[in-house]
Amino acid sequence: MNYKLTADNVQVWYSDFHALKNISIRIRPNTVTAFIGPSGCGKSTFLRLINRMNDYIDGFRMDGHILIDEKNIYAKRVRVEELRKEVGMVFQKPNPFPKSIFENVVYGLRIRGVNDKHILEEACENSLRQAALWDEVKDDLKKSALAISGGQQQRLCIARTLAVKPSIILMDEPASALDPISTAKIEELISQLKQNYTIIIVTHNMQQAARISDRTAFFYLGELIEFDTTVNIFTAPKEDKTQSYITGRFG
Amino acid sequence: MLAIFLINIIVDGIARIDWAFITNLPSRKAENAGIFTALMGTVWILVLTAIIAIPIGVAAGIYLEEYGKKSRLANILEINITNLAGIPSIIYGILGLEVFVRTAGLGSSLLSGALTLSLLILPIIIVSTREAIKAVPKTIKEASFALGASKWQTISRQILPAAGGGIVTGVILSLSRAIGETAPLIVVGALTYVPFAPSSPMDQYSVLPMQIFNWISRPEPEFATNAAAAIIILLLITFVMNGIAIYLRNKWQKKVKW
Repeated sequence: MNYKLTADNVQVWYSDFHALKNISIRIRPNTVTAFIGPSGCGKSTFLRLINRMNDYIDGFRMDGHILIDEKNIYAKRVRVEELRKEVGMVFQKPNPFPKSIFENVVYGLRIRGVNDKHILEEACENSLRQAALWDEVKDDLKKSALAISGGQQQRLCIARTLAVKPSIILMDEPASALDPISTAKIEELISQLKQNYTIIIVTHNMQQAARISDRTAFFYLGELIEFDTTVNIFTAPKEDKTQSYITGRFG
Repeated sequence: MLAIFLINIIVDGIARIDWAFITNLPSRKAENAGIFTALMGTVWILVLTAIIAIPIGVAAGIYLEEYGKKSRLANILEINITNLAGIPSIIYGILGLEVFVRTAGLGSSLLSGALTLSLLILPIIIVSTREAIKAVPKTIKEASFALGASKWQTISRQILPAAGGGIVTGVILSLSRAIGETAPLIVVGALTYVPFAPSSPMDQYSVLPMQIFNWISRPEPEFATNAAAAIIILLLITFVMNGIAIYLRNKWQKKVKW
């Protein structure tokens, strides 16, 4: 079976700080992978390597390879704009643009020169449907995206990501700023999106990881301690550190 | 204090303001004298300064905030740009005299004056542009990048629209400072008496503060009344510009709420 994403011996430094040490991981398509671990363990850093969002940080340096569909995404000829079409990202706090709902969804298309009204409208409806938001906002597409609730904003951000048709979606604690009902909606959405996308999610919420992911990776102090099926990680972890983390003895 | 001064000026000058006062040319007789040439000079200076200073200042602000590499040299430059805003304006006048009037051979023209005032307000525009850009949340930038937008797309489609209110406010406030300046224009050769309104950037000119300065220095009390009236006009222009700046800022703030 092919892997969607392969990381080999990835190391990251921020100036002198060794943030990631020898991470190797293989992720299959159409799965949900959860990254767990205490704050500062490197899970978000690793997530942001996949769409090269660390490139802007001063003092960032990396070593090793990350391949998506067998292609090295850090190769010289790779254009980050193209990579980010393939790898979408949803952030911790909902961050819609201060524009209308419609313009938020089609932003990724507009910056690629798509201005045909019919194409944009169709993409908008499809993406909002996929993000389970269409029925709630279909009559208010012209309304400011800042006027809807936080949970709706986060689903709008997911819709916006889906509109450019990525194959991988990275989620950095997407539900941590939301109430339980909105969180449940996001989780349900993730399990639906799995059919068409490969999803990698960073979460601090262990129950959430257990509920929605197929495989779980436990990071600690910049190292990948254990990576296995979610069932194994939560019921029969091989490493002591994983055991003590999931039972809440530290972190 | 300021209020008493203002009331005093308004009492002195308000009766003197009529249409003729605005459209009349300067004259040796106080009752015939008007501010037309000075007002036109001020308008010319305002427009030329805006044309020169806004593109350079805003572009420099964007460059420094978004493209410039963080280095020691950049830090030193940054501190100095902020310091430039505090330099006495007459120093800019002397610089303008040497560079524009003499070396560049522009003479004591509107263009020299506008270039000199542009130097004076550039630091203000640069600093306020940078502040406005800094106030745009990082999360918006990240969201745009994550959707595959290039740096310029992110700047032009997200950062500038969101920072627009702050930038426009800074620009208007700096321009309203420019039209009130007298010292640098004295040095680069604005005249106190011009019989005709300027018709090209290379013409000689006067501006309202120069006209006021000229009238105040006359011994006849009628000219003092004229000066008071001209001060009211100048203050009105400045108030209106500041009012527009405040209006735009509030409007933008309402539109963009994080």
